[in-house]
Amino acid sequence: MPSHGWNAALYLENGHLFLGKGFGARQARGGEAVFNTGMTGYQEIFSDPSYSHQVVVLTSTQVGNYGINPEDTESETLLLKGVVAREYFSEPSNWRAQQNLGDYLEKSGVPGISEVDTRRITQILRDEGAQRSIIFPIEKETRTEIQAKAQTLLGKIPAMEGLELVSQVSCKVPWEFDEKKNKSRNTLGTMVVYDYGVKWNILRSLSERGFKVRVVPYQMPHQEVLKEKPAAVCLSNGPGDPARVPSAIHEIQGILGKLPVLAICMGHQLLARALGGETYKLKFGHHGVNHPVQELETGRIMITSQNHGFAVNADSLPQKDVKISLINLNDRTVEGFVSTTLRFSSIQFHPEAKPGPSDANFLFDNFLKGFVK
Amino acid sequence: MPKRTDIKKILVIGSGPIVIGQACEFDYSGTQACKALKEEGYEVVLVNSNPATIMTDPIFSDRTYIEPLTVPYLEDLIQRERPQALLPTVGGQTALNLAMALHKKGILAKYGVVLIGADEVAIEKAESRELFKKVLTKVGVDFPKSGEAKTLEQALEIVSQIGFPCVIRPSFTLGGTGASIAFNIEEFQVECNRGIEASPVGEVLIEESVLGWKEFELELIRDRKDNVIVVCSIENIDPMGVHTGDSITVAPAQTLSDVEYQRMRDQALAIIREVGVDTGGSNIQFAIHPKTGRMVAIEMNPRVSRSSALASKATGFPIAKIATKLAVGYSLDEIPNDITQKTPSCFEPSIDYVVTKIPRFAFEKFPRSDARLSPSMKSVGEAMAIGRTFKESLQKALRSLEVTWSGLNVLQERRQIKTEEGWVEGIKNYIQTPKPDRILWVAQAFREGISVEEVYSLTAIDPWFLRQIQEITIEEKEIRNWSGKLPEVSEMMMRSWKRIGFSDKTLSEILNTTEESVRAHRYALRVLPVFKCIDTCAAEFESSTPYFYSTYEEVGDKVNHSGKKKIMILGGGPNRIGQGIEFDYCCVQALFALEDEGFESIMVNCNPETVSTDYDMSDKLYFEPLTLEDILHVIESEKPAGVVVHFGGQTPLNLSRKLAKLNIPILGTSAQAIEVAEDRDKFRALCSCLGLRQPESVVVSDPDRVIEAADQLGYPLLVRPSYVLGGRGMEIIYNSRELQKWLRKKHEITEDSPLLMDRFLSNAIEVDVDAICDGEQVLIVGMMEQIHEAGVHSGDSACSLPPITLKKSIQEELERQTRLIALDLKVKGLINIQFAIESDTIFIIEVNPRASRTVPFASKARGVPYAKIAMKVMLGKKLHEVEIPAVSMDLVYVKESVFPFKRFPETDIILGPEMRSTGEVMGVGKTFGEAFGKATLASGYPLPLTGTAFLSVKDADKGACLQIAKELVNLGFDLVATKGTADFLSRRGVSVRPVNKVNEGRPHIVDHIKNGEISLVVNTSALGVHEVGAAYELRRNTLMRNLCYFTTVAAARAGVQAIAEHKRVPLSTHCLQERSL
Repeated sequence: MPSHGWNAALYLENGHLFLGKGFGARQARGGEAVFNTGMTGYQEIFSDPSYSHQVVVLTSTQVGNYGINPEDTESETLLLKGVVAREYFSEPSNWRAQQNLGDYLEKSGVPGISEVDTRRITQILRDEGAQRSIIFPIEKETRTEIQAKAQTLLGKIPAMEGLELVSQVSCKVPWEFDEKKNKSRNTLGTMVVYDYGVKWNILRSLSERGFKVRVVPYQMPHQEVLKEKPAAVCLSNGPGDPARVPSAIHEIQGILGKLPVLAICMGHQLLARALGGETYKLKFGHHGVNHPVQELETGRIMITSQNHGFAVNADSLPQKDVKISLINLNDRTVEGFVSTTLRFSSIQFHPEAKPGPSDANFLFDNFLKGFVK
Repeated sequence: MPKRTDIKKILVIGSGPIVIGQACEFDYSGTQACKALKEEGYEVVLVNSNPATIMTDPIFSDRTYIEPLTVPYLEDLIQRERPQALLPTVGGQTALNLAMALHKKGILAKYGVVLIGADEVAIEKAESRELFKKVLTKVGVDFPKSGEAKTLEQALEIVSQIGFPCVIRPSFTLGGTGASIAFNIEEFQVECNRGIEASPVGEVLIEESVLGWKEFELELIRDRKDNVIVVCSIENIDPMGVHTGDSITVAPAQTLSDVEYQRMRDQALAIIREVGVDTGGSNIQFAIHPKTGRMVAIEMNPRVSRSSALASKATGFPIAKIATKLAVGYSLDEIPNDITQKTPSCFEPSIDYVVTKIPRFAFEKFPRSDARLSPSMKSVGEAMAIGRTFKESLQKALRSLEVTWSGLNVLQERRQIKTEEGWVEGIKNYIQTPKPDRILWVAQAFREGISVEEVYSLTAIDPWFLRQIQEITIEEKEIRNWSGKLPEVSEMMMRSWKRIGFSDKTLSEILNTTEESVRAHRYALRVLPVFKCIDTCAAEFESSTPYFYSTYEEVGDKVNHSGKKKIMILGGGPNRIGQGIEFDYCCVQALFALEDEGFESIMVNCNPETVSTDYDMSDKLYFEPLTLEDILHVIESEKPAGVVVHFGGQTPLNLSRKLAKLNIPILGTSAQAIEVAEDRDKFRALCSCLGLRQPESVVVSDPDRVIEAADQLGYPLLVRPSYVLGGRGMEIIYNSRELQKWLRKKHEITEDSPLLMDRFLSNAIEVDVDAICDGEQVLIVGMMEQIHEAGVHSGDSACSLPPITLKKSIQEELERQTRLIALDLKVKGLINIQFAIESDTIFIIEVNPRASRTVPFASKARGVPYAKIAMKVMLGKKLHEVEIPAVSMDLVYVKESVFPFKRFPETDIILGPEMRSTGEVMGVGKTFGEAFGKATLASGYPLPLTGTAFLSVKDADKGACLQIAKELVNLGFDLVATKGTADFLSRRGVSVRPVNKVNEGRPHIVDHIKNGEISLVVNTSALGVHEVGAAYELRRNTLMRNLCYFTTVAAARAGVQAIAEHKRVPLSTHCLQERSL
């Protein structure tokens, strides 16, 4: 039988209470509850810094099946606040598995709750919007007592809108990414990556293509970056509200037009703001690996990996230099824009995948072809 | 891209009769395709030889042909119809092969027909192993090492490079027929010889074995803009080595991380692009080594398949429909998602539940057949179940199968396990071989304390699945603590058990109480399921799809109610021999009637292959096991005004009494009437009261009285144990010695399980009459004369509509008796009566107050949707109020059965009282001979018009054989016969050469057959008696060489007529829509 088993509760801001079984760290943690509809990839999701301060509800019902392996990790530490699953398995089965999910979460102090109706929770988040939530252990309290406790605990959880998280997750000092020790292949020069909470697979994707990858803190003055004469700059993904990172926006503005820029996810939203555009909060965000995105120029459709709660307002972007290049076919929101004059390519979703389909990998190559080589 | 306007008329080819490997799923895909094409305004020409299909209902296409699926017939109708395009991808391998044959013969080019969906080049690339390997090499996808051989020498050379174990696959056979595994050189030689023989091109593929590897399938769709999506991933619980159709499978894949899954997806995309399936669905199979993760591609189907039907039902994404729209020019982004209606179809469904499919087998019908599962598919049907977790979905699937299992039961039949080596060792031995009931023995292994690791090493079933099964058995132990203490079981406990998927029945067995008590207590605790919706998107978007499954969660999804009166139709469950597509046809027709009459229709079924489980066919679809427990939940939630049990075959009918007892309103014929027809004594009383005759019979419960009773009744006799249905265990006994032998071999006779013996009407003609009764009036639907003599199960016999030999007076008397019974039973709806006529005396064999297997055949033959009319009558309409189309009746229609003998090489092909056919075809002609000939051809056996006929008949048939022999000579055939038959014939002036039987020295008849010197075989023997030795070898060889053969004189007589007619008249095809008056 599963080794987990402590009683746990999940409480959503709007007053919904779910009782289930805990796994991972036996402690109270909370954050904005979002759902993810991917059927594989929990390890990548959980280790993605963009999920900082969030509680992830997995709609796929069987969680933990293939365990955790050393290779599929997207960052050093887990920054999410909690995991919600229909059923959790503590005994994985996969030739690469080295650890079970519960132990992995426990080590980072992340609680999980299982045996709850994740479909119902997803519907609540869909209908009422993403909201704050808390997972906590319970003993023999009555439902009313649990509810009261939940409200107290929830009081300490900040709302996502207006939350600045980048400073917490960004690296403190610049570092060089060289996972595969393939320095010899650094033929394209340096790519400076502004770290807003970067996923390693962005770094891998750049490194594999021949860049020397240098990760820098989000506040690194643009003058210093320009001094290094990199081949290009990448604005990474990351958590929180893009409107709350003015310093990052300031640095981006200093680089625009001077170096080719590849912006992804949070980086994309920050770039939009740097251009004077607006971002807004989506009702329940895009979190999954099955979103159809169309490249407007070619009509090509790719199934993409997505994870964002905010989006760029298309009308707010300057018409002169910027062209919308990618749209989401489900809700027609902006998924990307480009500028040939200012030499940037900006992508709302995750072309680096992990988790999710690799359909959009070619966008890295297009960036290379268009602005670097 | 908008749809193509250069095409106006499109030919769709169906998959023909239901056979193992090609079943209802192609009726589902074909029906979807026809609907989609009509919706787009194309003129649809459909050809399929199978009259039991829904797609051949004239409403689905503009021009419908029920004709043999052969090149000459196809050419004839292409010439007549002149379609501009042919859609070959929705009719299984049959349609694909036929399309390629038409292409290779230049017929498509000649008439300017283009292939849409997949073109010649793509089909060739995916189907030819050599070209497919090239594709894989080009896109860098690994595959098992292999080589092709046409001789044993070549084969031995290949295996020296590949090593053991290896797989031997005969080239170009349907559904992997004849594939096998060899572990040593001796087996290898046997299998290679067998394979070369089974292959139509005399070639085998020898492949590196990936036995025990994890097995996966991806269902993909590609459009002409090169957009590709993966609709569903499927993981097989049974590892490689078992045909995927015979495996228990699960969606979505459970044991792959994202990296591994995406690698598989990337490779699949690369393959489909390189093969160049432009527009449509495909399926690609992969194997992964469980320890190293090495992944190889196994095969690809460039068409919709059984798996795509499963994937469609599992995700709510209608693959065949979308593939069809893509084939006529649309791209994925132009087609809205049916279910959300807000998002386009170019997305990959996300599912928030687990789907389990379990195959159903029929080994018991094929004596001596080996119940070992292999790469050659043997299952005849499947059940699918949906649950939030694997455990729930597995247990639901197990009880959906209707093989007496209610979950992971402790099997009572312990004799499968050889206990000489000890019980536990016996189980360990047993589970090493994949068999239909292996999963239950795996559970038993865990109950006996065997570890997951050990079971894994014995079965190669992934430990993740094993652990789930083990956890179920651990939970059983917990439950057992409450044995005898049901009233003390708390709500929380009961809920936790139900969440794991335990049925009330299983719980009652563990708790040592009755199913009713468990249910009563559970209801008292208010532990009831909710219904969740299948929405393709894991609740990300709002949807109002009326496609539901039950589960134990706190809140269900919103179920809309139209406000109309609701009628619920219970389907037929998994296909099995005796209950299949015919009943699905009836259910779907009933759904149409409900729509016509303004009712809200609710469908309940668990067979993923069917049209009835297309969410488009009913107002609401509940994908649920057809057990009382699960049906009651739906009834309580929906509160229908009436439940219909008469269209789904025996499955729902068996539930009718229990439902009636609970005061559930059953529409149409009452449960009491059903009981009268099914209860032997009550029915006997009814017959005698109406002055109708039945064959004399006797029930014996004292074993010592059997012989005496039999002597009194007189031989031959039909014997059967009382508990059987559908001819199970029935045998014809010719004398007391045989009876004694049968008694010794078969079973005990007790008070509870008496023996039934009927006088067997040996030379009788059997007739099936279907009728509709509204309580006052009776409409005769069809009177079908069976071609084979009595003793051959009516489901196996060919039959003719109208009757061919019955006198008018007999026909009238049959109609009178039908009316009498229908009115007396107060039938409201369909009734089927089987009669036997012996020297002008009519006997009633059986009455079924429900839709029968012959309803679709009769409906197609007479151009009237009888099941739909019956439903209207059940809703309260009178027959005179229902519009019945008038059609011309100047053609003869013959139904012929199709048998799976090739898949059961150990089995004799002789027919008997036990039904063994899986499907049927229809032949249409101006004369009986023409129609019978076409039916024979459509069933897969081309009628020879010249050559040498071989005759060997049992003594009782010799007289009848004389006439047949004479006619064959007149038709220009040379005759050879075994000694007895030859003597008999030559003494009567027929020119015939004697030939050795297999045990009479060489050359013998099998040598002649193998040398291709024989074109027709007439070989009769005692009905239902399975022989070994000479006769068996003769019939086997006849079968494997696809020779036209007849195993009864009646059939041979019909065959001779057919040959005569086919020599006389040119080939003709008939369009169903042209018959309207």
